Amino acid sequence: MRQIIFVIMGTILVENFVLQKFLGICPFLGVSKKMDSAIGMSGAVVFVMTLASAVTWAVNEYILLPNELEFLRTISFILVVAALVQFVEIILKKFIKPLYKSLGIYLPLITTNCAVLGVALLNIQRTYGFGMSVLYGFSAGLSFMVALILFSGIRERLETADVPDAFKGLPIALVSAAFLSLAFMGFQGLFSF
Amino acid sequence: MNSNLLTSVAYIGGLGLLFGIILAVASKLFAVRRDRKVEEVREALPGANCGACGYSGCDAYAEAVAADECDITLCTVGGESVCRALEKITGKEAVGGERKVARVLCGGTLENRKKSFEYSGLQTCLDVQMLYSGNNICGYGCLGMGDCVRACPFDAIRMIEGVAFILEDKCKSCEICIGVCPKHIIEMVPESAAVTIACSNKDKGAVAMKSCKTACIGCGKCVKACPVDAIEVKDFLAKIDYEKCINCGKCIEVCPTNAILRYNNKRKKIVRKPKINEEA
Repeated sequence: MRQIIFVIMGTILVENFVLQKFLGICPFLGVSKKMDSAIGMSGAVVFVMTLASAVTWAVNEYILLPNELEFLRTISFILVVAALVQFVEIILKKFIKPLYKSLGIYLPLITTNCAVLGVALLNIQRTYGFGMSVLYGFSAGLSFMVALILFSGIRERLETADVPDAFKGLPIALVSAAFLSLAFMGFQGLFSF
Repeated sequence: MNSNLLTSVAYIGGLGLLFGIILAVASKLFAVRRDRKVEEVREALPGANCGACGYSGCDAYAEAVAADECDITLCTVGGESVCRALEKITGKEAVGGERKVARVLCGGTLENRKKSFEYSGLQTCLDVQMLYSGNNICGYGCLGMGDCVRACPFDAIRMIEGVAFILEDKCKSCEICIGVCPKHIIEMVPESAAVTIACSNKDKGAVAMKSCKTACIGCGKCVKACPVDAIEVKDFLAKIDYEKCINCGKCIEVCPTNAILRYNNKRKKIVRKPKINEEA
């Protein structure tokens, strides 16, 4: 139990996927304009990351390793993630319509989210077992969620802030993303797992 | 080396094929039957996604129509033909008012209005507006930088002699221009209304006259001339009630500043010739 909390808190605070590992920057900047869409997007990311960790672990363990095809890891994981997202979309559309509607356009967008591929590759690199992979995938999704929701709150405030003309829009967003990342540096060394 | 290459290709190809088959089977197995009616309605709509109906786009409106949540007359772009098509699909009867068009309530052409200063900044209405409410002495009139021209998705607005003019046959009543005009001088009027007071100036007569040759000075001559009592002067500005107006044009004859214009009702070409005061 202690271990689980350590992994989750450590991933969120110490090695936040967006703010410390700089993965998934594109959706981080793209869908952080509004709190609503940020919540939708990060919900979908948590969902897909958890599933993708499980499936890619299985693909690596039962297909790649026995056949000595480790060098195909990246490309096959891309394939797995893309197919998985499509599959999940079809299933959700059929059986859980409300969830499908609330995730909306963000579900297919995740196909190209590099944080998802990143967590799958990191699981293998750190030689995590199945349970640990799923847990790490879940907490990586949560770390994305925390970063995205924090940042969308900041951006909503920026809309009304008195910003110099030259910095209006994306420039000030990038600057504040940098400050947010700096702030998260303060958590460095808080946990180790 | 060769076998390595072959296994890689076979592996990736196989994986792709496997996923392909799974997805194909899943999409057949878990296919969600979309409502045929929604698709039919969507086909009938123009697809401009302008949002004039109040929904976020043609798709959203189509769903609302198919689910019988709203009137079938909301699409202003499609107008009557779309209404008829939707009547066939839904079996409901379209009951709607007359088509409305946007009209710019300003006649202050470059010749008629006076400038307060030379402006050489960004060429948009919004920017001029932010600088002392524009470079016209008249604080109400068209700024002539064409924000509405650029905003119109149907290419229905032209800048003629420094005043925006809406080609009423192209106007689709989406009201986007009304939203972008910083002076708020664009108004929706019934298509059949031919006579309009082309001025929005609420200054007192003497002040208005100094700022623009065709300003409404609120003299009230039109009110007296109108045979159906359709005109009312409020805040030194005459206003026509289009429901009462019979397009007789008596007010145009008596207006001392020619602030009342007749718009070409056949809408074949632009007719915009304000008579300029003879002594001016």
